[in-house]
Amino acid sequence: MDHILVAKNVTKTYGEYTALSNISLQIPENCIYGLLGPNGAGKTSFIRIINQITHQDSGEILLNGEPLAPKHIASIGYLPEERGLYKSMKVGEQALYLAQLKGLSKSEAKTRLKFWFDRLDIGDWWDKKIQELSKGMAQKIQFIVTVLHEPKLLIFDEPFSGFDPINANIIKDEILQLKENGTSIIFSTHRMESVEELCEYIALIHKSEKILDGKLSDIKKAYKNNIFNVAVQMEQDAEAFMKSLEQKFNILSSDVDLIEKQLNFKVQLPSSHTGDILMELSKVANINKFEETIPSANDIFIQTVNSKDNGK
Amino acid sequence: MANKLGLIIKREYLAKVRNRSFIVMTILSPLLMVGMIVLIAYLAKVNDDETRVVTVLNESSFFQNDFNPSKNISYVHLDDLSLEQAKDSTTALEYYGLLYIPNEQTVEQVAKAAYLFTKDNPNTSVTQELENVFQTQLRQHRLQKLGVTSEQFSSVEERFEINLSTFDGERSMRGINEIKAIIGGGFGYAIMMFIIIYGGFVMRSVIEEKTSRIIEVIISSVKPFQLMLGKIIGNSLAGITQFSIWIVSASALLFVAVMILGIDLSALSADGTVQPGPMGGMSQLGGMDSEMMMYAKEIYDIPWGLLIVSFFIYFVLGYLIYSSIYAAIGAAVDNETDTQQFIFPIILPLMLAIYVGFFSVFSNPHGPIAVGFSLFPLTSPIVMLMRLPGGIGEGGVPLWQFLLSVFILIITFLGIVSLAAKIYRTGILMYGKKPTYKELIKWLRY
Repeated sequence: MDHILVAKNVTKTYGEYTALSNISLQIPENCIYGLLGPNGAGKTSFIRIINQITHQDSGEILLNGEPLAPKHIASIGYLPEERGLYKSMKVGEQALYLAQLKGLSKSEAKTRLKFWFDRLDIGDWWDKKIQELSKGMAQKIQFIVTVLHEPKLLIFDEPFSGFDPINANIIKDEILQLKENGTSIIFSTHRMESVEELCEYIALIHKSEKILDGKLSDIKKAYKNNIFNVAVQMEQDAEAFMKSLEQKFNILSSDVDLIEKQLNFKVQLPSSHTGDILMELSKVANINKFEETIPSANDIFIQTVNSKDNGK
Repeated sequence: MANKLGLIIKREYLAKVRNRSFIVMTILSPLLMVGMIVLIAYLAKVNDDETRVVTVLNESSFFQNDFNPSKNISYVHLDDLSLEQAKDSTTALEYYGLLYIPNEQTVEQVAKAAYLFTKDNPNTSVTQELENVFQTQLRQHRLQKLGVTSEQFSSVEERFEINLSTFDGERSMRGINEIKAIIGGGFGYAIMMFIIIYGGFVMRSVIEEKTSRIIEVIISSVKPFQLMLGKIIGNSLAGITQFSIWIVSASALLFVAVMILGIDLSALSADGTVQPGPMGGMSQLGGMDSEMMMYAKEIYDIPWGLLIVSFFIYFVLGYLIYSSIYAAIGAAVDNETDTQQFIFPIILPLMLAIYVGFFSVFSNPHGPIAVGFSLFPLTSPIVMLMRLPGGIGEGGVPLWQFLLSVFILIITFLGIVSLAAKIYRTGILMYGKKPTYKELIKWLRY
């Protein structure tokens, strides 16, 4: 598989403070990659290095196999967490200026801006000043400016903060469309649940170190612990049945829903083999629900951090 | 890359020039400036015009033709009135005062018996003028008694001024050093004002980019140093535009005002020397006496070419040094109120340069203090310019001092700009912290 971006042993310190220690990552081409971790973990430091805003102290970063160089600025689009626009400048002028800074010619930038302004339904904002627009409106313009020069790699730092749900969905769809068209995308966020469904690959960053990375589905497979949520139709003797089950299986919790006449419980199996318990259950009653609990990125994160801290 | 710098310069320039307060300032300042000059000149004129009327009741045979109207006083001669009547009519007519000269035998006695009646305590200039008239007459009278004729007397009264010359034999002028220093000081002062005003613009522009949070978007496209440089150049071009508009429109307005109001600008300078300003007219040359011609020649002899060229050298270097410090300050803080602690140390050397310049360069353009401050890079743009109207070489600034000062300035420029760029680079991405000097020094090492 080709990688759009490869980081090898990247380290960055600010005086005494270590922002990144020995980070190595491979980001595959044409995927959505989640860079996850709490605030202050080092995500933004890493992204700033990719954008050549700062430079690593040691280590190497390859973009499309080449060491990062100033010419790559034009093939990266970056929407920073701290984002804004010139307040007293007109929308169109400002978008043109930012596009030209990314290396687009004025006429090309104009054509593309027209396209995007129509697409996001903001055509009549061209001559407005930013201070006349709402925050959500300004975010749309920032998004357009980020993607306008059709970069191969798009980096979004906390992409959905500040968006209302409707606009967040519009932007989410646009990002998915860009991915369809072949763009590689990095999401960086501390709100892991917000991007989990979008990401194919993730890396977890904690206290300047990478603690885990890989394909999200593989990680989840590795981290699932054979816990199942089960609901069984029960007319009577629910408690007696529960007791008999407890002797055979590791029941984590249970409760009886008298209104629905349903027994709910959570069970952890010794392996991913489910035949035994299903057979046992089907002998007694109808199974309403039998569902494996998949750990969320957040759960995985907490689990990894804990095991790491305990290991020390 | 150069293309991007051009884009930044253009944006910064347009953002500044289109700014409403910038436009207002550009239009209003020349009006205010000219209005002020016209007002001062007008007030000075009005003050001069106030002539006091003094009535004279002269019962003696002396001083008959001596009280002639002057700038300050005009006289109304009363005849055939008693003192009481004269007093009454003077108050009735609301004149300033009554000079009573009784009839006595001799001039001495007459003078002793003379009185000036006024409503309140009289103005010093009035009493002085009256006393002068008496004194001249008395002196003439006393000398006549010693056998001096009135012709001899008037020749004795002629004023005397010592002749001045340089060792080269040229006639040197009173106050020409001061005039030269004022001209150089004018250039130096212009530099200081420019640095303070437009350095402040650069700083505010940096703060604006920080508070509007656009900075990270921009520096993902261009290098922070490019942005800083573009900002400094763009703002200074806006400043030069504004300065040019000011100079042109103020001169035009002043010209019009002088034409319309007929104000004599030379009334502004106490001793009547030529104004070195743009209006110090070649057109007036014809009407000037030989003294004025000498001054004009001296001013003409000032090495204007050298002065203007070095003005640009010092201006560009000085402005770049100071405005990059301003940019670094803007990057270090979150809002303008936090800038105070950093601004003062910048303005200090500028103020020092102006004051040291005016005090020590005026009295001794080549003394140790003048030399020292014209070499020290933070003050040299101002102080050296004050020394330069004397020229370079013999009688002026030694060539080595001039070259050394420019050299030190260039070295300082390179050093300061690279330090400022480091602070700028780190500072623009720091939010919500009010930095200390200690922290700034730490940033230099990142």
